[in-house]
Amino acid sequence: MSEPTITADEIRERVRALLEQHDPRTTDRLEFLRARFDAGLAWVHFPVGLGGLNTYRELQNVVETELTAAGAPSNNPRRIGIGLGMAAPTILRFGTDEQKRRFLRPLWTGEEVWCQLFSEPGAGSDLAALGTRAVRDGDEWVVTGQKVWTSTAHTARWGILVARTDPDVPKHQGMTYFVCDMTDPGVEVRPLRQITGEAEFNEVFLTGARIPDAHRLGEVGEGWKVAQTTLMNERVAIGGSAMPREGGMVGTVARTWRERPELRAPDLHDRLLRLWAEAEAFRLAGTRLRQQLAVGEPGPEGSGMKLAFARLNQALSGLEVELLGDEGLRYDDWSMRRPELVDFTGREAGYRYLRAKGNSIEGGTSEILRNIIAERVLGLPPEPRVDKDVAWKDLPR
Amino acid sequence: MSTPDLLYSDVENDLRASVRDLLADRCEPAALLARVESGEPYDTKLWRTLGAELGTAGLHVPEERGGQGASARETALVLEELGRSVAPVPFLGSAVLATSALLGTDPEREAAAGLLRRLASGEATGALAVPLSTAPGAPFPQSVRASGDGGLTGRVGTVADAQAADVLVVPATGPDGPALYAVDTGTAGVSVSELVPLDLTRRIADVTLTEAGGRLLAGPERAADALGQALLTGAGLLASEQLGIAEWCLQETVRYVRERYQFGRPVGSFQALKHRLADLWLELVAARAAARYAADALATGNPDTGVAVAVAQSYCATVAVHAAEECVQLHGGIGMTWEHPAHLYLKRAKANEIALGAPGRHRDRLADLVDLPA
Ligand SMILES: Cc1cc2nc3c(=O)[nH]c(=O)nc-3n(C[C@H](O)[C@H](O)[C@H](O)COP(=O)(O)OP(=O)(O)OC[C@H]3O[C@@H](n4cnc5c(N)ncnc54)[C@H](O)[C@@H]3O)c2cc1C
Repeated sequence: MSEPTITADEIRERVRALLEQHDPRTTDRLEFLRARFDAGLAWVHFPVGLGGLNTYRELQNVVETELTAAGAPSNNPRRIGIGLGMAAPTILRFGTDEQKRRFLRPLWTGEEVWCQLFSEPGAGSDLAALGTRAVRDGDEWVVTGQKVWTSTAHTARWGILVARTDPDVPKHQGMTYFVCDMTDPGVEVRPLRQITGEAEFNEVFLTGARIPDAHRLGEVGEGWKVAQTTLMNERVAIGGSAMPREGGMVGTVARTWRERPELRAPDLHDRLLRLWAEAEAFRLAGTRLRQQLAVGEPGPEGSGMKLAFARLNQALSGLEVELLGDEGLRYDDWSMRRPELVDFTGREAGYRYLRAKGNSIEGGTSEILRNIIAERVLGLPPEPRVDKDVAWKDLPR
Repeated sequence: MSTPDLLYSDVENDLRASVRDLLADRCEPAALLARVESGEPYDTKLWRTLGAELGTAGLHVPEERGGQGASARETALVLEELGRSVAPVPFLGSAVLATSALLGTDPEREAAAGLLRRLASGEATGALAVPLSTAPGAPFPQSVRASGDGGLTGRVGTVADAQAADVLVVPATGPDGPALYAVDTGTAGVSVSELVPLDLTRRIADVTLTEAGGRLLAGPERAADALGQALLTGAGLLASEQLGIAEWCLQETVRYVRERYQFGRPVGSFQALKHRLADLWLELVAARAAARYAADALATGNPDTGVAVAVAQSYCATVAVHAAEECVQLHGGIGMTWEHPAHLYLKRAKANEIALGAPGRHRDRLADLVDLPA
């Protein structure tokens, strides 16, 4: 990327122009979001013409501050987290021009929701062991297999999919990355109920689903490399977003503490302050990481933010249930909902406590993230890999 | 409020490089170990080069007051390097605590301005006569009384770097209330008696004053603020030293576990150890951000400085101790020996945990500052 030249003032100028031409009070929500995308104010670090201005990621704050102040509608990021955090950076990096033009705008405006078809019953941490097969048929691929834990598959229009295209080579080599049409008749989505009572994730059965070759991302056999981009970005998306002080779970608990003096106890006070300081230190670490990234891509350090995020969320939400005493014995609602949003800090304390348990599993478990940090950041010896040179079809399972 | 800059600038990286080169050359572990049990626990030659020649003695003192005109950010960086090497120099006492107290005095007052110049140039070495455990926000000390003619009497325990100091900056209560005085250590009525320290590379002493001659540096209108700001600056910048300690410990431990073979493989290939070191690395990531934020806040006079310091000091103190404890444990028997330098870091880290307010004290302050009352 060439040296960005846009300043914060120029961005403010663009925001003003957008607001002048599309007054948020009178403009249709979707129309406004599309105009915002076309003005390069969707994600300023993206290229010009694709919703961005080819400038520093941090300058996005300027846009958000100005637009929030003006009461502009939001694209509701919690509804489209997988699209924004994972699909978009992958399409940007590996997509053809045609794919970028087709997918990025409706992805960002929320017209099209995305899901991530990676994990399978037999391939979780060991994603590269996956067995969903894609077989070429002329200009199309025919896909058969099962995906699992697929968040928001029930609202999704598209899925990013990794499938096996060559079972005769070692597992990392024979995969290819696709964009899967969730409305294809070969795609069946079944809800999978979680410990919270709701079904945010799903099982997805692929039975002869058809994907045009034009919806392949990256080369045939390069799926692992493409998936790495998705996973790195996923970890930053989960743990690394910019936050004000007391943003996220710590703010929720701090509010309860302030509003409910009758619940306070010395032991809880000590734990709250430790966690508050730690959450603030990691919030600053996130700011520092983004300053380092400025423009460019997250490295393995992003895994660290996700690891910290999971630990803090779990400790804080656990503290809140304990703080609530008798109320902590209750739960708001066990009925099986099919939520549209993924919201870690939503609903009540009991829900937050249970949902936070997923934070150390989704997007790479905390154990896997520690392996990654130990090996790629600290340079410690890798785990023994007995399956590295074995053809995928011969792996023990 | 603009976004704080949490990175290191090119100028800061250059400064780091020259300090690191000097320390690599002049402060290697074997010599350090020999020194800690000698009659000269401070390395005065190294201090002269570092403080006077490299100009770090008055780094955050404005040029017109005799310093380098840099900021707390640069001073923090020097402390990081001093933490990495546990260098036996009175930097904290003189270049951080004493000078910061003097920065809060009236520039028109000759006694104070003159002393600041001497400390900032490295010509003289100072120390702040408070117990090292004193936290920012502590009440003004009552342990030393000043008579009308400037005679000081009283006793202050566990003063850091006092025995390396030519001059003590002494908080005392005079006829008009709180005041700061300068007292020369070599003069009548001043006794500095060395204690056996837990931390071998930063010395502590009891200071006893008996009708000692003091020069008034600040009277009631400025003394308490000057002392408060010095303690806040000290606590905030000590976080960077703690970061440096933790960095050395992590780096050395990673190096060791990669080289040490047991069961036919490097011990660093065992997942139990990999995960502990990954967790420690992550603590360092947050410690660095917190320490940088505190240094930046002190440098820019950010209204959020109180919170920044309380977060940095309570967090980094704990991280440094954890890193040093892991360093000893993961070195096995070697880590328990006098010969291996790990213990110097453990001792510094543990003493630093108490210095300028233990983590719990800083969390108490935080509770007030961010409205999370007990
Ligand atoms: C709420 C939630 C939402 C999710 N959403 C999606 C989604 O939208 N799309 C998608 O594709 N996937 C999704 N996932 C799946 C998630 O990525 C996997 O669950 C995860 O990668 C772990 O795989 P697994 O469940 O098969 O556990 P396993 O891999 O079987 O792990 C079992 C245990 O063994 C540990 N373990 C495994 N390997 C190692 C190792 N080498 N060293 C040390 N410990 C190890 C793990 O840490 C874990 O504790 C979601 C999961 C959750 C909980």
